[in-house]
Amino acid sequence: MIKFDNVTKIYADSTVAIRDISFEVAEGTTTVLVGPSGCGKTTTMKLVNRLEDPTEGAVYYDGTNTQEIGVTELRRDIGYVIQEIGLFNHMTVGENVATVPKLKGWDDGQIDDRVDKLLELMALSPEEYRDQYPRELSGGQRQRVGVARALAADPDVLLMDEPFGALDPITRADLQDEFLEIQAEINTTILFVTHSIDEALKMGDKIVIFDVGELVQYDTPRNILENPNSEFVRDFVGEDITLKKLSLINVDEIMRPTNVIEDTTDQDSKTAVTNGGEVMHHLAPGDSLKSALSTFVESDIQSLPVVEDEETIGVIDRDEIYEIYNGG
Amino acid sequence: MIGSYIEFTLDNWQDLLQLLIEHIELVVQTLIIALPLGISLGIFIAYYQPASLSVLWGAGVAMTIPSLALFGLLVPFLGIGNPPVIVALVLYAQLPIIRNTYIGLTGVEKDMIEAGEGVGMTRWQRLRQIQIPVALPVITAGVRNATVILIGVATVGAYVGAGGLGDYIFTGIYQANTEMIVVATVVVSLLALVFDYGLKIIEQFLQLQNGEDVALTRGTKAITKVIT
Repeated sequence: MIKFDNVTKIYADSTVAIRDISFEVAEGTTTVLVGPSGCGKTTTMKLVNRLEDPTEGAVYYDGTNTQEIGVTELRRDIGYVIQEIGLFNHMTVGENVATVPKLKGWDDGQIDDRVDKLLELMALSPEEYRDQYPRELSGGQRQRVGVARALAADPDVLLMDEPFGALDPITRADLQDEFLEIQAEINTTILFVTHSIDEALKMGDKIVIFDVGELVQYDTPRNILENPNSEFVRDFVGEDITLKKLSLINVDEIMRPTNVIEDTTDQDSKTAVTNGGEVMHHLAPGDSLKSALSTFVESDIQSLPVVEDEETIGVIDRDEIYEIYNGG
Repeated sequence: MIGSYIEFTLDNWQDLLQLLIEHIELVVQTLIIALPLGISLGIFIAYYQPASLSVLWGAGVAMTIPSLALFGLLVPFLGIGNPPVIVALVLYAQLPIIRNTYIGLTGVEKDMIEAGEGVGMTRWQRLRQIQIPVALPVITAGVRNATVILIGVATVGAYVGAGGLGDYIFTGIYQANTEMIVVATVVVSLLALVFDYGLKIIEQFLQLQNGEDVALTRGTKAITKVIT
């Protein structure tokens, strides 16, 4: 969907922002550009919607060199979320979200429907928020409106520049989780910039790690954790590689479904249930193995049931997690 | 003493009204020319920054020329009556209008402009949809400022035959008629206050439209109540 072909960007003051960068973003995936500040990740992103133009090399959008596409059309087809959000403070929330559809000349009824749908998607009730002004909202709500505005015209590509950077850690984690669900639903191609490796590991299907102006490693989160290709990447990823790896795997990926193992593990699953029939310690299928491990440590139980809608759907053993922990 | 002023007003209300209308006409005609000119110049220097210093300086200098001298200088070219006065008044109105347009446009948050660029607005669309709406209350404050100045300076226009309430002031000086001078002056001041307050209300409505936090004047509150 997006292809960087030996792209170099040198600014007018002869600062080299990025040198000879090549990578591809597949359709429907999220690629995270991560690196220390000043490494060129934001410049790389701005090359996609031509807020910057390459000095050498070419950026392809859906197979076409972006230099051959009109700037305004290109930008209207690409959603854009910046860290400062950049909401139009003089417009209501609804008007903000309607910006791109209006620029594209949709008719009013269509725009209204779309605005309501997006506000609902971002968990902002349209009746309550449509006519409010950005000033009246909290930081997290403003960022939701920013994302809604970027998604309004149903873009094929979404660019997000540190979208959750200015939020407090709890709001940030909530928005990340919510955004992962939204992404699963809308299936847009996303290019995401952050300086946090944890955010990159959480949000990305693929990660591009930058050192100053250079692409160091381009791989899946798991491969980056398991096979960092340089000292820089190893340092950047940080200490607790195994825990980070566990946080990438969900419980439902390694659990044994209940219907298959009903007889053999009956004993185990009961250990987690108190006499009142109430489940004391259990896991949800969407939990990461990291939080599963923490529950195992807390409960000191060998096996835990995986519960969804108050029904046990599987079982997971502590040893299975240990195996992965030990490099399995 | 107050009684003599009231008596004078009651005896001459028709003339006063006539002069008041002339005065307002003079100011409105000036604004019709001064507004587009000042706002365009303000937009121009907001985009072409190198010109901003000299344009603002020029408008500042225009304001320092004594009005009587400026009228006198223009009469040989434009004759007596309204034309020289309107040209002079347009010059006087430029500084507040240009300055506030420039400050309003350049004061728009950078994030909003960047976001506008990122979603594919052209330069013109960014001006129309972001910068001008955000700057409009500031521009209106400049227009308010200019209007109050114009109402005062326009009185001097009577000296070169432009009419208006200045007529009574000059005649009053000539005839040593204190009532005439005082009543005309009070009416000029009241007119300035009314325009000032009216434009303040418009300014506040524009701020409300932009979702700004404003301490509303009573007038704005009253009108808001009537509307909603």
